[in-house]
Amino acid sequence: MLGSEKRDALVDALEPQHEDGFAPKGRSLTQDAMRRFRRNKAALVSVFVMLGLVVVALIGPFFLPYGYEDPDWAAFRLPPDFASGHYFGTDQNGRDMLARTLYGTRVSLMVALVATLVSIVIGVTYGSIAGYLGGRTDAIMMRFVDIMYALPYILFVILLMVIFGRNVILLFVGIGAVEWLTMARIVRGQTLSLREREFIEAARAAGLKPFQIIRRHIAPNLVGPVVIFATLTVPEIIVTESFLSYLGFGVQEPLTSLGTLIAEGADVMEVMPWLLGFPASFLVAMLLSLSFIGDGLRDAFDPKDV
Amino acid sequence: MLGFALRRLLSTIPVLWIALTLCFFILRLAPGGPFDAERQLPERILANLRAHYNLDKSLIVQYWDYVSGVLMGDLGPSYITDDFTVVDLIAIGLPYTFILGGAAFMLAILVGVLAGVIGALYQNKSTDYGIALVIMIGLIVPNFLMAPILQLVFGVTLGWLPVGGWGGGKLSHLVLPVIILALPHTARISRLMRGSMIEVLGANYIRTARAKGIGARLMITRHAIKPALLPVVSYLGPAAGYLLTGSLVVESIFGLPGIGQYFINAALNRDYGMVLGTVIFYMVLIILLNLVVDLVYALLDPKVRAH
Repeated sequence: MLGSEKRDALVDALEPQHEDGFAPKGRSLTQDAMRRFRRNKAALVSVFVMLGLVVVALIGPFFLPYGYEDPDWAAFRLPPDFASGHYFGTDQNGRDMLARTLYGTRVSLMVALVATLVSIVIGVTYGSIAGYLGGRTDAIMMRFVDIMYALPYILFVILLMVIFGRNVILLFVGIGAVEWLTMARIVRGQTLSLREREFIEAARAAGLKPFQIIRRHIAPNLVGPVVIFATLTVPEIIVTESFLSYLGFGVQEPLTSLGTLIAEGADVMEVMPWLLGFPASFLVAMLLSLSFIGDGLRDAFDPKDV
Repeated sequence: MLGFALRRLLSTIPVLWIALTLCFFILRLAPGGPFDAERQLPERILANLRAHYNLDKSLIVQYWDYVSGVLMGDLGPSYITDDFTVVDLIAIGLPYTFILGGAAFMLAILVGVLAGVIGALYQNKSTDYGIALVIMIGLIVPNFLMAPILQLVFGVTLGWLPVGGWGGGKLSHLVLPVIILALPHTARISRLMRGSMIEVLGANYIRTARAKGIGARLMITRHAIKPALLPVVSYLGPAAGYLLTGSLVVESIFGLPGIGQYFINAALNRDYGMVLGTVIFYMVLIILLNLVVDLVYALLDPKVRAH
């Protein structure tokens, strides 16, 4: 038996820990994942690079003396030059390359963002419905996805662009509408396993309709995998858009995108290498950091692969 | 085995049919037609043209004609290139695309598998990291950017290789396009190969083989490579599809006279017949290549073979 004094001392000694929470504080899965993500140097640096690029592309043009489509009559084919304020030089039409590169980055980012959103909306809706309803509906819906997979989708986008004219909005929708397939597969897989969980059964027992369950109980639980996959989709879409613009099916003058700039720069790279170099570095920096972020997130949330 | 092949072949029919129908109606929904020119054609000539290309019949009849044509291997006429059918044009371009794609395919498999095996054997050593860096570059830098850079370095600055043209199929003309076409797939294959090779090397039967005193070379060639190849083989089907779309860019950058070039020109000139025909041709090709890959996979994997 402990004497009462000793017992009080023991209680005193334990008390502060008690206030902090006697048991070690629990960490959620997300917190764990974020800790793993922060330890990933490449991914962390990439986040800052990407943020920097986004900020520069969004607000940079406001601080530039030159617009992206206004020729500077005093400076044609000017190499990068600090004296005149054309830090990236000018193109054959005297347009400031820094402004054009930033503008192109902006367009590429916007296409990526909108197309990714389109692919998320379609993919999540489709995949969760197929996964939740299951059975024959699921079989038919996923068979359709398989069919779409077999098609060379880039040709479809070109087809759409040829028919309906080179419309930027259509470009967004067209790319997004073909990128949703993998998203739908991932979401369906997740939904299939969520469907068997108790809280869904409880919701069903409480009399919720299937679409309420999908919207209120299944969709919120899909956020993790969807976000991870979306970060991997973004660079893919940026490349697709640049690819289309390169071939001449993407955004049209005077609008520009990184793909268009690279296509124009590649034609004159021997005489004016800066027209290719700057947009190309922006594109590569963006793709590199996005893929590091995507890989980092995937590894952080799915540690068994590491 | 034959039954499996037949089932797979049959299951591609609805895929093709849906794709064909989709493309056909999308194209017919298009505002304007192939004969909209700057200078308006006289009404009677236009009517003759439309009659010649069967555009004056009802949509259903046109669709029926087109589908039955496709079944007979007739993809219709090109609307812009007079006197040539789509099949003629594809036949002209096919050999070039085939040589280019085939060479790139071989290169990607050979180099990719080799790099993957080396990476797995020297796991986390400097060789492995060196390969990983090249892979990263291959995956990140898109082909339409890699091509001008390599053209500039090897074609213009060093002057070792020609920057474009077919050059009568000389090897030197093929080097750059093939490398650029193959690069991303080489990268992906070597990544897959490295991963699965590491997994296989840790398997029990490899340990048994080693315990029996087998040499490293024999262990790799006889025991490890074959099972490690499975993920690579399943990637080859999609890879063949990507090679085709990749060849669009590579052909147009290097000015090679393949199908990709025809497709791009047809799309830019709104030659609907040619665009539709080429897309269908590409799809058939991709689906057939996927089928071949599935069969090879079944041959390699005893688990699939058993079913």
